[in-house]
Amino acid sequence: MLEIRDLRVKLEEEDKQILKGVNLTVEAGKVHAIMGPNGSGKSTLSYVLSGKEGYEVTGGSATLDGDDLLELEPEERAALGLFLAFQYPVEIPGVGNMTFLRTAVNAQRKARGEEEMSSTEFLKVIRAKAKELKIDAEMLKRPVNVGFSGGEKKRNEILQMAMLEPRMCVLDETDSGLDVDAMKLVADGVNALRNEGRGFLVITHYQRLLDHIKPDVVHIMADGRIVKSGGPELALEVENNGYADILAEVA
Amino acid sequence: MTAILKSKQAAAATRLDAMSAPKSANWATPARAAALARVERMGLPSRRDEYWKFTRPDTLTQADAPHAAVFVHDEAPVFDSFDRLKIVFVDGVFDAAASDDLALESVEISRLADAADISWAGDIYGKLEERGQDPVERPLAALNTAFASDGVLIRVTKTPSKPVSLIYRHESDSSDATLHHVVKVEAGASLTLLENGPAAARFNKCLEARVADGAELHHVRAQGRDHERRAVTHMFVELGRESVFKSFTLTVNGRLTRNECIIEFTGDNATAHVAGAALGDGDFVHDDTVFITHDAVNCESRQVFKKVLRNGATGVFQGKILVKPDAQKTDGYQKSQSLLLDGDSQFLAKPELEIYADDVACSHGSTTGAIDEDALFYLRARGVPQDVATDLMTLAFLAEAVEEVEDAALADEITGRLEGWLVRHRD
Ligand SMILES: Nc1ncnc2c1ncn2[C@@H]1O[C@H](COP(=O)(O)OP(=O)(O)OP(=O)(O)O)[C@@H](O)[C@H]1O
Ligand SMILES: [Mg+2]
Repeated sequence: MLEIRDLRVKLEEEDKQILKGVNLTVEAGKVHAIMGPNGSGKSTLSYVLSGKEGYEVTGGSATLDGDDLLELEPEERAALGLFLAFQYPVEIPGVGNMTFLRTAVNAQRKARGEEEMSSTEFLKVIRAKAKELKIDAEMLKRPVNVGFSGGEKKRNEILQMAMLEPRMCVLDETDSGLDVDAMKLVADGVNALRNEGRGFLVITHYQRLLDHIKPDVVHIMADGRIVKSGGPELALEVENNGYADILAEVA
Repeated sequence: MTAILKSKQAAAATRLDAMSAPKSANWATPARAAALARVERMGLPSRRDEYWKFTRPDTLTQADAPHAAVFVHDEAPVFDSFDRLKIVFVDGVFDAAASDDLALESVEISRLADAADISWAGDIYGKLEERGQDPVERPLAALNTAFASDGVLIRVTKTPSKPVSLIYRHESDSSDATLHHVVKVEAGASLTLLENGPAAARFNKCLEARVADGAELHHVRAQGRDHERRAVTHMFVELGRESVFKSFTLTVNGRLTRNECIIEFTGDNATAHVAGAALGDGDFVHDDTVFITHDAVNCESRQVFKKVLRNGATGVFQGKILVKPDAQKTDGYQKSQSLLLDGDSQFLAKPELEIYADDVACSHGSTTGAIDEDALFYLRARGVPQDVATDLMTLAFLAEAVEEVEDAALADEITGRLEGWLVRHRD
């Protein structure tokens, strides 16, 4: 589903190479996790996949079911079914959460040539999904992420994912800042979306999330490359021993 | 006498020579003569005046109105669907056929051009304007008092069932219109006054309003979409005890718009909110100049002005809150912000506080900025196309000003117009 080949990325404004040849394939129906030290390039990978400005691709490719992602505008990638749950969700004063989400859902539908969702149907669906994530109706009325706690922002990301029903979900540290119960809620939200047509790439520092969302494959990223891949046991190894052993081994 | 003043007076003399005094009712004659003398003494505004340092007054002061093409479009006029008493002026000339009968329960309505001898307007006409000349001179308002060809005199004794709506049509490329309205809202009554339309190639409009104790005046205005029109408008408002004045102005397009608002609190516990949303694309100068004088206890004033500028448009804000020594417990708030959609546009702001009382809460803030790129990316990453995302954020920016419109249906009407403009002006 998601194929990343030898992806090389530098900062546009500076002569700094961040991704130095990333290779990664996420198959439909699978959950891949990426772990790795701070600054190794995990968020950069997620941003480049979703089309954020400020990065220059110097080599390699990234495709979603054969479509070249790197050629497309961010909104086109989203309409193709790519979703990024942001490590730091952005506050947008003055734009209501509901307006925002309905605009997004219908813009994607329109781009795909599907019928738009009526406001009654939208309301019904979002209320049900918000309830599952324990997001109260009051929060939906507020401006996007404004005044939300860290955990509320993360749950709001999962709500957006549930509403948009993407095919390929990239979650960047969605577990950070969550209390134990919220982590369970978020994991349940993710698990509810798991099916054979959908792929997940879960970026995390902690084994705990992976207890709830069982990954098929775990990758270790260091200094702009995937340096090691393995099964769920790799995450346990990181949890117990840190990165030193793994990095020494591949050096 | 300084050389600058001499040249301003000379300019006034030349201009006045070329003008002919309109027919005037007896009651207004002394006020008009006094205003004429003020113009002769003050001279016309010059670009060297401190008060005009951001906005060039020459096209407003020159003898002939600069040519302004009539803008033809198929959008329904603002407030079209609202039940209201319509009073129509075409290029500054009253259009009886297009207007409703000037009759509304609890409201006396007459026209400046034919009011024979009404007494109440004589207490206001030119009087509030004259007071408003101190401490800053506003010669174009005095010129208006002296030469206004027409206008509406509205006295409200009880709250009527619907708004009074002044509609200004523009049909001639070279029209030069001068209108002067007087509004008096008597104790305990409330009036909603609507104004819309481009008015003329050049429009000089003055509104003097006295809002009595416990009375309310709600004013919502949409200045017409004609790209080439020019306008200078003044509102002089005197507020009595526990009275309320709320004014909102929507301005889209127009070569030059200078809106001055001069408010004086004369009774305690009164409230005044003035707000505006302006959208300019290209050759556009929009200037909000506000002067609020607190001369009573426990009054609240609030200014919220937002401007969206692109393709070389210019926004100006000059706002002053003056708190006199006895105006304790004054609550003064002033916010002026611009959103620059490109690097060519500019916002020039001069916010001022002058406070002589000690127990007051006054704040002001003026900011200028671009669209937040992180928020834009966030919206796009969710599938919202760039132009739609930009419009969403632009509307969000303007919303705070529109929220000052108390009536929800009128606020929706304004928001609809803003959306329409944004969609039309997508690249
Ligand atoms: N826009 C930018 N400007 C400057 N440096 C950047 C920018 N984006 C990324 N970097 C740098 O690139 C490197 C990789 O950053 P990235 O955010 O991708 O790391 P990460 O693996 O997500 O880290 P963390 O685990 O802390 O979230 C870091 O050194 C970071 O400082
Ligand atoms: Mg990161």
